[in-house]
Amino acid sequence: MCGLIGLHLKNPSLQPRLGELLTQMLEAMTTRGPDSAGIAFYADHPDHPHHPPAIAGREQDQDLRYSLRSDEIIDWDLLAKRIAAETGRDVRVEPLAAESAVFGSDAGEASFLAAARRIAPQVSVPGYGRSMVVVKDVGAPKAICTRYGIPSWGGYQGIGHTRMATESAVTTAHSHPFAPAADLALVHNGSFSNYATIRGRLARQGTRFDTDNDSEVAARLVAARMAEGADLEEALRTVLKEMDGFFTLLVTTRTQFAVVRDSFACKPAVIAETGDYVAMASEYHALAGLPGITGARVFEPMPEEIHVWSR
Amino acid sequence: MEPVILSCAELSTREINAALAALPDGACARVLEPGGRHNLAVGLSNRIRVDIEGHAGYYIGGLGQGPDVVVSGFVGWSVGENLMAGSVRVKGNASECAGASSHGGTIVIEGDASSRAGISLKGGTLLVAGNVGHMGGFMAQAGVMLIGGDAGDALGDSLYEAVIYVAGKIASLGSDARMEELTEADVQVVQALADLGGFDHVQPENVTRVASARSLYNFDALKDQKY
Repeated sequence: MCGLIGLHLKNPSLQPRLGELLTQMLEAMTTRGPDSAGIAFYADHPDHPHHPPAIAGREQDQDLRYSLRSDEIIDWDLLAKRIAAETGRDVRVEPLAAESAVFGSDAGEASFLAAARRIAPQVSVPGYGRSMVVVKDVGAPKAICTRYGIPSWGGYQGIGHTRMATESAVTTAHSHPFAPAADLALVHNGSFSNYATIRGRLARQGTRFDTDNDSEVAARLVAARMAEGADLEEALRTVLKEMDGFFTLLVTTRTQFAVVRDSFACKPAVIAETGDYVAMASEYHALAGLPGITGARVFEPMPEEIHVWSR
Repeated sequence: MEPVILSCAELSTREINAALAALPDGACARVLEPGGRHNLAVGLSNRIRVDIEGHAGYYIGGLGQGPDVVVSGFVGWSVGENLMAGSVRVKGNASECAGASSHGGTIVIEGDASSRAGISLKGGTLLVAGNVGHMGGFMAQAGVMLIGGDAGDALGDSLYEAVIYVAGKIASLGSDARMEELTEADVQVVQALADLGGFDHVQPENVTRVASARSLYNFDALKDQKY
């Protein structure tokens, strides 16, 4: 069992409250997943004081922002200097919590990620992109959100996951979201049965995996299809066609927010839509505290339906 | 007698259920601000009325043997699960597995019910005014379902002795489910069920009766002559 939550804001006036609302939704899903939790958080203007850690003085459009994490104590400034030296580009740091930081760089993703991996193999990159910051950790969802200061963050959309592990170990790397390409994040409730087959095929085609987790395979399959030119909906259709198992998936890109369930719809999903937002959760009580929820259109997505919202 | 008021904003689920269980027969209780809370009014055996005023979560009224529970909102999975006697009425929609494994009593959904409504029904009565999702009545062993709207795919898959009446369209039947001729006795049963549910829109003589073809009851060792 796991808990999913997500919020895609249509009304910009709600943006300063995104972190607060996501935290409250994630806390409500603690009963479905007390092991570990994570959030992928999207904001337009990282320099704004209400937005996730700003990379001071950068023109954000030139930069990708990398969410870095390590279980060991890391001197983030030193690591930034070494990546800058190796890539020959500027790298800036904004510490997030003791074991985590956001780096901004115009080095290009392949160059930056290769340098980070070579210099500090103990450091993982849970996600990166122009708009997205990814936080994930082991422990109680609310404690994680508080530690990273998420309740004060603003932004335009976010998805989160509370994990009760069934298929692989309880570690930060195995927790969700999985964010294998720029601004792409996926959270999953369920279990895939043929993931080893798909994983083997993707690996032979050159895809690199961080973990042995089944959900990571779905995330990398979506990323691989989108790298080939598919849009998000087509990529999710590929998941429906090729991946066997139980799943409710919530997947986001820089501009899109999508929900899909397997053909049996064994894993729950509730969607609430108002003029101000689209919200999704595994159970209604995660949505119960949202503003204007009593007037929302609340429904369950049907099996194999792909629902996509764009900004 | 004035209804007892219990607020989910102030009390834990355990406290609410303990307070409900302590009420004498004939008492009424109002449960306020449910906010999607699970397991409300579960395991009660007193003859009381419980009004849950708002949307509620999973297993509402489950394991009941006596109370009449009314939810003025929608409910999550498995409303009235394993109900023994008494009733649960939902004024909105119900999520998956409504009435799962219920042995007796009546579950009424005034809106739609999602997939697997009446799964493994064991003698209870499940009345849905609107539509049901896929695999309604899956492996239902005894009891009866009335669907006032349409039924999704694989209705009545692996049915045993439960009977399903459908007023609307059936997307498809599951394995071993078949449509049967509607008898005069069926019409009387459906009329009684529609009256019980308060379903004015159901015309008893126009429903479809679905029951087991019983072809899966016995294993055929000579099938395909492979053994």
